[in-house]
Amino acid sequence: MADVTNRDIDYVAPAEVEEMELYHAHSWITKYVFCQDAKVIAIQYSLTAVAIGLVGLVLSWLMRLQLGFPELFSFIDAEDYYQFITMHGMIMVVYLLTALFLGGFGNYFIPLMVGARDMVFPYVNMLSFWVYLIAVVVLVASFFVEGGPTGAGWTLYPPQTILSGTPGSDGGIVLMLVSLALFIVGFTMGGLNYVVTVLQGRTRGMTLMRMPLTIWGIFIATVLALLAFPALFVGAVMMLFDKLLGTSFFMPAIVELGEQLSYGGGSPLLFQHLFWFFGHPEVYIVALPAFGIVSDLISVHARKNIFGYRMMVWALVAIGGLSFIVWAHHMYVSGMNPYFGFFFATTTLIIAVPTALKVYNWVLTLWRGNIQLTLPMLFALAFIVTFVNGGITGLFLGNVVVDVPLSDTMFVVAHFHMVMGVAPLLVIFGAIYHWYPKITGRMLNEGMGQFHFWVSFLGAYAIFFPLHYLGLMGVPRRYYEMGEISFIPESVGTLNAFVTVMTLIVGFSQVVFLFNMVWSLFYGKKADPNPWKATTLEWQTPETPPGHGNFGKELPIVYRWAYDYSVPGAKDDFIPQNVPPSQVSGKKKAPARRRKRK
Amino acid sequence: MIIAIVIILVVVGSVGFHLVSPWWWTPIASNWGYIDDTINLTFAITGVVFVAVLLFTAYCVIRFRAKKGHKAHYEPESAKLEIWLSVLTSIGVVAMLTPGLFVWYQFITVPDGADEFEVLGQQWLWSYRYPGKDGQLGKTDSRNVTADNPFGIDTADPAGQDDVLVQGEDLHLPLDRPVKFLLRSLDVLHDFYVPQFRAKMDMIPGMVTYFWITPTRTGSFDILCAELCGVGHHAMRGIVVIEEEGAYKKWLSEQPTFAQSLAKANAGAKRVSNLSSDGSFR
Repeated sequence: MADVTNRDIDYVAPAEVEEMELYHAHSWITKYVFCQDAKVIAIQYSLTAVAIGLVGLVLSWLMRLQLGFPELFSFIDAEDYYQFITMHGMIMVVYLLTALFLGGFGNYFIPLMVGARDMVFPYVNMLSFWVYLIAVVVLVASFFVEGGPTGAGWTLYPPQTILSGTPGSDGGIVLMLVSLALFIVGFTMGGLNYVVTVLQGRTRGMTLMRMPLTIWGIFIATVLALLAFPALFVGAVMMLFDKLLGTSFFMPAIVELGEQLSYGGGSPLLFQHLFWFFGHPEVYIVALPAFGIVSDLISVHARKNIFGYRMMVWALVAIGGLSFIVWAHHMYVSGMNPYFGFFFATTTLIIAVPTALKVYNWVLTLWRGNIQLTLPMLFALAFIVTFVNGGITGLFLGNVVVDVPLSDTMFVVAHFHMVMGVAPLLVIFGAIYHWYPKITGRMLNEGMGQFHFWVSFLGAYAIFFPLHYLGLMGVPRRYYEMGEISFIPESVGTLNAFVTVMTLIVGFSQVVFLFNMVWSLFYGKKADPNPWKATTLEWQTPETPPGHGNFGKELPIVYRWAYDYSVPGAKDDFIPQNVPPSQVSGKKKAPARRRKRK
Repeated sequence: MIIAIVIILVVVGSVGFHLVSPWWWTPIASNWGYIDDTINLTFAITGVVFVAVLLFTAYCVIRFRAKKGHKAHYEPESAKLEIWLSVLTSIGVVAMLTPGLFVWYQFITVPDGADEFEVLGQQWLWSYRYPGKDGQLGKTDSRNVTADNPFGIDTADPAGQDDVLVQGEDLHLPLDRPVKFLLRSLDVLHDFYVPQFRAKMDMIPGMVTYFWITPTRTGSFDILCAELCGVGHHAMRGIVVIEEEGAYKKWLSEQPTFAQSLAKANAGAKRVSNLSSDGSFR
């Protein structure tokens, strides 16, 4: 080998620079508005998501008023109703849950928990939020254009989406599609950041298999989102062309109310494939961060390591991978080639195995734990209840022939609300009670928290559990009113009224929760830097709330995984990740741990 | 501690609701009892898992809730236990999937000799077309649709002339004969759904989709549209009457054929043009 080092060059001393140069804010505007600190961006994302989520909540009240008391509210007509359900669905799935889990939790906790000072591309990260905000503004604008927002159902199936029989088929649908495209652009900027930061920004010692499951969940979900959203982007752009330019990507020859339209040759099924190629991974984009976060909540508050960490990581990876080959289980009765049913039913039911393992491991983490029934733990337990319930009804809908009578009924509505609405939201609540002390330096009020927990958990269960049985009976979804249907007894109306009342109550308890968040900001009990005695790095910051740069002068060095709770021989029942082995009192290592190292 | 009791109550309440609530599937009126059986099997398997997992959770919360001076057990993982659980879960999944796929194969395989007829969906009504004496449905194309030819039947196709058209009336089908529903739409997606048949399928403009059933009891049943099709979706209703073959044949013979309805429309058009030269009634 040739010697390529030039020995004649003088030694040059390395420049005296700080370990990492960050853009520190110099003015109020750059600190609170156009800010590049991931933590501020996270809060901006979260507040925007919660604000638009409240719109989604009010829409759900309005639709439930119509369903529960069909004759009573004359101001809700059929057009309004279909607009309410459409915007409720789209807001909750995309603009609330996706934005909150990835833009909110992802931004706040990825740098903190992997031991980085910030995201790798802070400027792009800031842009991500502002594009998201524009997407939300465009979405809201669709409420104010002529004809109102689109009422095509959140799935936006063509041809009806852009035909005149559907509310909001002029301005509303255009703004919806533009808003989605903007959302995807904004998300992509943030998503690249999350992935690169996890892969490149980890501190010394933070190997991938030492990362907290929260980060694993958000990381895999972001990878899914980066791969899945482009399909929706393409679908949205093509549909915009069909609407605005008269192309026929999704539009076959159509006779609308006796009139021949000029469309021809397009495929409505193609849109459904594109939509669900995004739409199914989207379920896991919401679920995987929840899986990760709840793992950490259970572990911390049961004072026990998460059971089967490696299995949990690989289950996340397996679920993420499988989620790309199950999409057509949303289309069993779509008229696609029926032989697809065999493939998609098989892949869908296979996904149940890693998912079930995760459930077992959460419960096994409780086994022989030292369970603190704190608010985060209560929410985690409620998550297990609702997720098990919603997960097993997925086995009905995934098993192709069972789906035939159930699809497009209230059973589907009940299933996906339980599994990707209630369960992830319970995790979000638990996570907020868990991390609020770190983010604000104060504890949330316990009394209001208890009220919020019990009403939300039991109320949501009482709303969605009975709806399954209406679907089993054949009560269709997306019906403005049932009218006279011979197989539907009067008791269905009574049940619908009950569900509506519960919806209002559960909705109200969210107002209490929001009030708690504001009230505690000023009057909450001062929080200890590490009130739950957790091991992960975000609790080891020198300041609470953490300053810009997160970790003061020196980045932490990681010596252990995130789950050293109740290690035999250690003085405390937790050992933070940045504590070197030499500082652990009573150096005796756990036998199980030694076995693992082998 | 309260949470553990509440979890137990949720389990008991859910199972109780399942057993005694008045909301259950409609009495079946087709051959798809196998679908009901598969649902029951799924309820049984998932029900056991639901009860077992949640009761175990409640037990853990009671047994291992925080006590002073107590420390959790330290055990990172147990490969043996995890393999066992994977195997058990896989067995449960296979037990549901195998009968499911078996029944699905039957569902998509139309028996030889099944009667065929067509359902046409459009915003927001149902129409039906039977093959007529020659037993063959005429070719259609939505480009042929006019006010006089609402099904878009190809007038050059002789098979279409004797097709029996049913519009604005109930659908009639004979008892105990396998029948293949050919589903077509003129405008947007619809979905032909009769809960008592346990079958449904989307209707897509530009395509013909299908399902098949054998009606197993007489009676009249509601037809619902199960795919959002615009602002009148919930009002897109119909009635299907299942009756003995004799009554069905008699009813069918009273319906107009395509040729008859075309002739009638032409005659009507002539009368109108005789009445008024500028196209309006005076």
